[in-house]
Amino acid sequence: MPLLTQHIEDENDQYSLVASLDNVRNLSTILKAIHFREHATCFATKNGIKVTVENAKCVQANAFIQAGIFQEFTVQEESVTFRINLTVLLDCLSIFGSNPMPGTLTALRMCYQGYGYPLMLFLEEGGVVTVCKIHTQEPEETLDFDFCSTNVINKIILQSEGLREAFSELDMTSEVLQITMSPDKPYFRLSTFGNAGSSHLDYPKDSDLMEAFHCNQTQVNRYKISLLKPSTKALVLSCKVSIRTDYRGFLSLQYMIRNEDGQICFVEYYCCPDEEVPESS
Amino acid sequence: MKCLVMGGNVKVLGKAVHSLSRIGDELYLEPLEDGLSLRTVNSSRSAYACFVFAPLFFQQYQATTPGQDPLRCKILMKSFLSVFRSLAMLEKTVEKCCISLNGRSSRLVVQLHCKYGVRKTHNLSFQDCESLQAVFDPASCPHMLRAPARVLGEAVLPFPPALAEVTLGIGCGRRVILRSYQEEEEVADSTVKAMMTEMSIGEEDFQQLQAQEGVAVTFCLKEFRGLLSFAESANLNLSIHFDAPGRPAIFTIKDSLLDGHFVLATLSETDPHSKALGSQELHRPVPPLQDYSTPHPDDFANDDIDSYMIAMETTISSEGSRALPSISLSPGCQHSHSPDPHSEEEDEAEPSTVPGTPPPKKFRSLFFGSILAPVHSPQGPSPVLAEDSEGEG
Repeated sequence: MPLLTQHIEDENDQYSLVASLDNVRNLSTILKAIHFREHATCFATKNGIKVTVENAKCVQANAFIQAGIFQEFTVQEESVTFRINLTVLLDCLSIFGSNPMPGTLTALRMCYQGYGYPLMLFLEEGGVVTVCKIHTQEPEETLDFDFCSTNVINKIILQSEGLREAFSELDMTSEVLQITMSPDKPYFRLSTFGNAGSSHLDYPKDSDLMEAFHCNQTQVNRYKISLLKPSTKALVLSCKVSIRTDYRGFLSLQYMIRNEDGQICFVEYYCCPDEEVPESS
Repeated sequence: MKCLVMGGNVKVLGKAVHSLSRIGDELYLEPLEDGLSLRTVNSSRSAYACFVFAPLFFQQYQATTPGQDPLRCKILMKSFLSVFRSLAMLEKTVEKCCISLNGRSSRLVVQLHCKYGVRKTHNLSFQDCESLQAVFDPASCPHMLRAPARVLGEAVLPFPPALAEVTLGIGCGRRVILRSYQEEEEVADSTVKAMMTEMSIGEEDFQQLQAQEGVAVTFCLKEFRGLLSFAESANLNLSIHFDAPGRPAIFTIKDSLLDGHFVLATLSETDPHSKALGSQELHRPVPPLQDYSTPHPDDFANDDIDSYMIAMETTISSEGSRALPSISLSPGCQHSHSPDPHSEEEDEAEPSTVPGTPPPKKFRSLFFGSILAPVHSPQGPSPVLAEDSEGEG
């Protein structure tokens, strides 16, 4: 990208954050997996960028794009945080269209001067350059679900392939998605209670899809289905998913996503339970 | 009741449910001795569909538990369809499907055993109901044709997906004609539907063709497509039994493991005199096919509404066999019209209509008007058969 690098190299110092990608899709695809609200908070450190989206103070999604994914990544301060319209950001990142011709790549250079400044995006494809300036906003405090591994009661790792259809066919007339994790039958069960009746999806612990099964205690928790349904996007992109619940019934879903260059990125969803003790179904 | 469906048959069952969902909103499930029947009827009772799966279709088939009354249930089509929603997924991942009905619980349990040990269990609520059965007898229809479903499938392919009705008839040279049907009001307003499509199939493509030139019936294409897609995927022959316009047309498919019947009401003939004159008098003795349920009050001053609907019968006693009573259909109300053997030539000799507008009324009289023998409608209202009564919930 001789057109851009020459112009900007001298000005790098004035930017708090500079990030370059040869393939913008390595960023846009991951962001789409958490795009269930208009606004997102971006948090950048020298380790990479974390983008957070929240809803109803009950669910939070985080996308991690580590520094190694970028061809160039510089953060001048300890951390850089801003709030931004994610819809607009995604529209700009896909400004050259979301279905590129095979073999063409859109390059991205992202620059942020600091508090109060807009986020600058330089996108280039086939010699055509587009410059976007997106207003940034006062960062809002993001929820801290206080989810740590030591408090995890049950954990399973599944191949995403096994869950994809199940999630896309979830009975949305059900208000809740009930997740049962247990060392005994049914081991791992997803249940819905909709207008037609109840549905249960059971995964045995010895299934080929089950990469890891560590359940110590029977837990049955319900989560608002409308809050979890958006995670289907992340599930579809991922190859593996880890499902963990802690002693409070808080749910952590972690998706391992391989981008077009084979690099690994993570998306995680946190959700708090809808009820403490569900009625027997 | 307990039925176990294995392997590829799960997808066949799913396809049948998809076909039925094109017709009605409620599915009547009844395990009979000679198979599991799935039936539905549309809200205006102008379309009825029934699939019966023979016991051999199942790995295991138990119609009734000894000591228990036979069960019949009515279930929301949407609910049952949700189990079989993705046919691709059924094919790819489902190994076994078990349907069981427990009289004690009010739930129909459908369990899908999938790859990797995954099991999907649906507990669907249902209502007890009476047996749903349409009164019809293919043998009483004078006209019939039979062809591989593929032939008919290819024939309806060019019709626009939004097209509501299609006319099936026998044209010159004993060619089977399918033509898009347009209501008179719509055609008069030429901004709507400027295109008419017609497909003609040679007699040689049919395994059986028993109908004279000039006969034709008009029925709902969307409902027909429902059976057609199933028949095509199962590579079956489709038979169409039909009678005069206004009397239901019966579509059947059959193989050793299942059979299907779709009964669709057909449009009654309108008075050719009024339309040949191009009059604006749009007195139509039939309600528009799109809305069978509420006929225009003026249209039914003397007609019996039931004659336009498929006679339905419900029985409380369970029947050992699916033998349908051979009661003749309640005849549709038809207007007698005198055929004019020369009308065809006359119409052709006349100067053509205003260029750019379709000459629909004349066109139709070319097709229908000239050759049909006059039919006299019976005096008095036709017998009303037992109404479909709601089952107790």
